Amino acid sequence: MNKQSNTYIIVYSIVLVVVVAVALAFTAMKLQVTQQRNIEIEKKTDILNSAGLYKEEPGTDKNKAVETQYNTYIKQSFLVDAQGDVVQSADPAAEALKVLNNMKAALSKPETERELPVFISEKDGKKNYIFPVYGTGLWGPVWGYIAMNSDLKTISGAVFAHKGETPGLGAEIATPAFGNQFVGKSIFKGDQYVGISVLKGVGSSQGNDNAVDAISGGTITSRAVQSMIIDNLKFYLPYILKQQTAAQ
Amino acid sequence: MSNKEKEPLFSAKNMKLLTGPLNQNNPITVQILGICSALAVTAKLKPAFVMALSVTVVCAFSNLIISLIRNTIPSRIRIIVQLVVVAALVILVDQILKAYVYDVSKQLSVFVGLIITNCILMGRLEAFALGNKPWQSFLDGIGNGMGYGLILIILGFVRELLGAGTLWGYRIIPESFYEAGYVNNGLMLLPPMALILVGIIIWIHRSKNKSLCEK
Repeated sequence: MNKQSNTYIIVYSIVLVVVVAVALAFTAMKLQVTQQRNIEIEKKTDILNSAGLYKEEPGTDKNKAVETQYNTYIKQSFLVDAQGDVVQSADPAAEALKVLNNMKAALSKPETERELPVFISEKDGKKNYIFPVYGTGLWGPVWGYIAMNSDLKTISGAVFAHKGETPGLGAEIATPAFGNQFVGKSIFKGDQYVGISVLKGVGSSQGNDNAVDAISGGTITSRAVQSMIIDNLKFYLPYILKQQTAAQ
Repeated sequence: MSNKEKEPLFSAKNMKLLTGPLNQNNPITVQILGICSALAVTAKLKPAFVMALSVTVVCAFSNLIISLIRNTIPSRIRIIVQLVVVAALVILVDQILKAYVYDVSKQLSVFVGLIITNCILMGRLEAFALGNKPWQSFLDGIGNGMGYGLILIILGFVRELLGAGTLWGYRIIPESFYEAGYVNNGLMLLPPMALILVGIIIWIHRSKNKSLCEK
């Protein structure tokens, strides 16, 4: 057989690629369930962390610990629409997680058709509303969870995560040091919704109730966090306002 | 005992394939290959170890597979064939890490995918696997992966211990040291210090091993 002939080369490459493709597709399918579960556990950990509820349990399986704590503390989860109404469905908690797993698709819908998840946690009578936010950073998606106190004005905690921001710079948004700045900040100025601004320069947000310090060297990521919070929470605004009136 | 025509599995020559890259022929300190990932993933010991293991597995099996099919590969597309095999293995490793050690795979991020571009792999395939039997190629792959991994683990050990005061995530330097004024060396966690450390390792290696010094 002539190994230099074009026919041989073409047949050889086709066979090789098909074999490799089948092998990879097979493993990807086999492992998909485990991988999806890891991603969901991570999201649940972040949700718990934003409300300051997650406790590591050394010695036990992390996945199990997260599941138990999530089921204990997250009392309600559901989708809300652009009018601020809770979307009725048979299993709202499952629907909420489903949308959370694909925020990008949910956000690409026109605002009137959009439905986004809300999580409500409760521990020792303290209620937190947790709003997921999602945006685009410098290199890829950035996302986070904003936990609000029951007055739905001030933030009780925030956790951010990212796909591939620059280590040491933009990636710093995922550190507790950045997230903790949000504690006690307000998304309202008087009665006006303003969201949270991310201001350049260390200390520039001092005394400002509606702002936090940006990451130095991570300007674009910081800006992404700011617009992600302002835009995403704006969608929840009708829901937030309705809850505020209901509470009064 | 041993067959005359067949040399034993772990003959002196074969053992040299395995141990040579650990010292005399180390991919990082002698051949200066794979430096980029060595700087990037060694801030902590655990990712360094997982990376070392991943590279060893990919290197060993790509060597084995290429060596098995070496007589059928058309020489005009051999680089492409090598790339396909390496890429497939790297994706496999990446998928497995994502499924079973999710936290570590997040820390390694793009660097698992970039194993494909690690010069050690293509270098070994071209220089060794294409012209040698499967078993020898497999050993050569393991040897080179371990030679690479050895340096990674040394770097990870030093950087995590001095940069964060921990090893494998466990605290080594006691709290009382910090109260007495000890401070972690933050520079250790940054890539430039890793490069300096690699330089120091090369220096020590050469001063111990005169045959490596250029005339």
